[in-house]
Amino acid sequence: MKVNGVEHPAPHDARRLLSDHLRHDLGLTGTHVGCEHGVCGCCTVLLDGAPVRSCLMLAVQAEGHDVTTIEGLARDGEPLHRVQQAFHENHALQCGFCTPGFVMSVTGLLARNPHPNALEIEEGISGNLCRCTGYASIRRAVEQLAR
Amino acid sequence: MGPATLLRRVKPAPFEYHSPESVEEACELLSSLDDAKVLAGGQSLIPLLNFRLARPAHLIDINRVGALDRIYERDGGVAIQALARQAAVEDSDLVARVCPLLSDAVRLVAHRVIRNRGTVCGSIAHADPASEIPAVLLALGGSVVARSARGVRTIAADDLFSGVFETSLAPDELLVEAWFPAIRGKHAIVEESRRHGDFALAGAVRADDRLVLFGVASTPVLADPADPVKGLDPSGDLEATPAFRLHLVRVLTDKAFAA
Repeated sequence: MKVNGVEHPAPHDARRLLSDHLRHDLGLTGTHVGCEHGVCGCCTVLLDGAPVRSCLMLAVQAEGHDVTTIEGLARDGEPLHRVQQAFHENHALQCGFCTPGFVMSVTGLLARNPHPNALEIEEGISGNLCRCTGYASIRRAVEQLAR
Repeated sequence: MGPATLLRRVKPAPFEYHSPESVEEACELLSSLDDAKVLAGGQSLIPLLNFRLARPAHLIDINRVGALDRIYERDGGVAIQALARQAAVEDSDLVARVCPLLSDAVRLVAHRVIRNRGTVCGSIAHADPASEIPAVLLALGGSVVARSARGVRTIAADDLFSGVFETSLAPDELLVEAWFPAIRGKHAIVEESRRHGDFALAGAVRADDRLVLFGVASTPVLADPADPVKGLDPSGDLEATPAFRLHLVRVLTDKAFAA
């Protein structure tokens, strides 16, 4: 599978989840793992450009596909990706645990719909949980990007 | 946890993984293997595997089966093949035109990120009693196509849902397609859940004069719009008592028929 543009060997164990494969085999620990059953959204990555839960996929299922993680949005030394920059400017993170998932979901949302309205933004981020209760500033960041 | 432990870390119980590339190959595997489970979108099955609530000996992943993701018009309705993602059904102009009730229902299934992987046929085969899509299939009087090494058969929605997470599909059968009849008359799907995208505490589907309730019995059930709670005995849990679910059924039925 290709992860952030780089080809990687196939996972060894069919039981390995994509989330665990990214973190433990490839060392890409920017993908966070919260609930491990698809509720929290922290592990969201892009699969061929569309956001999916990496904890609800086996790593072997991503063979032959393109995976983008938070590390793939802006490389070290590069300026932040526009979604990261908007989160930064709007204080749309507190502890940061949920942030990679939010950023990937929002990136997927904007790729499909560059100018979502307020309702579409709420729907677009509804699958991600923030337990610092920072939704107002996250919504502001996405509204800024949607203009 | 040391690095060695992390390198071995897996959540599901042991299974043998199979990745057939044709429907015939998948059916052959289903007929020859004991205790096999079909993996399509995985948005319900993988959580069950992660919790080890499901421990199948074999996992048959159909995602590499070619040409099984079509959405097409057939027999005055719309056919959805096994690998058509819920997101594709949500975005389908054909579904919106022929069966807008299905378009409305799919939008109530979890969140878009889940719908990017989840499949309509998977929701039907999984048969969660609180799931929207089985209720819509029953309300419209749709059917599914089941393939096996023995042949092909069509199962009407009326004969499909037999219990909680149970269908009349045989262990060697693969649900390859669901068929939803067109609807031109009045229709609605309404539900109540604690949080957006959660499973419904109770829900109602109206297709013309037909009413189907979900989340209030072991399967989706046909009900009398004039007396929707008749014969119902819903279970209670932390989120809703049986009495509250009956109350919701009355309110949701009124809403569905108000249009």
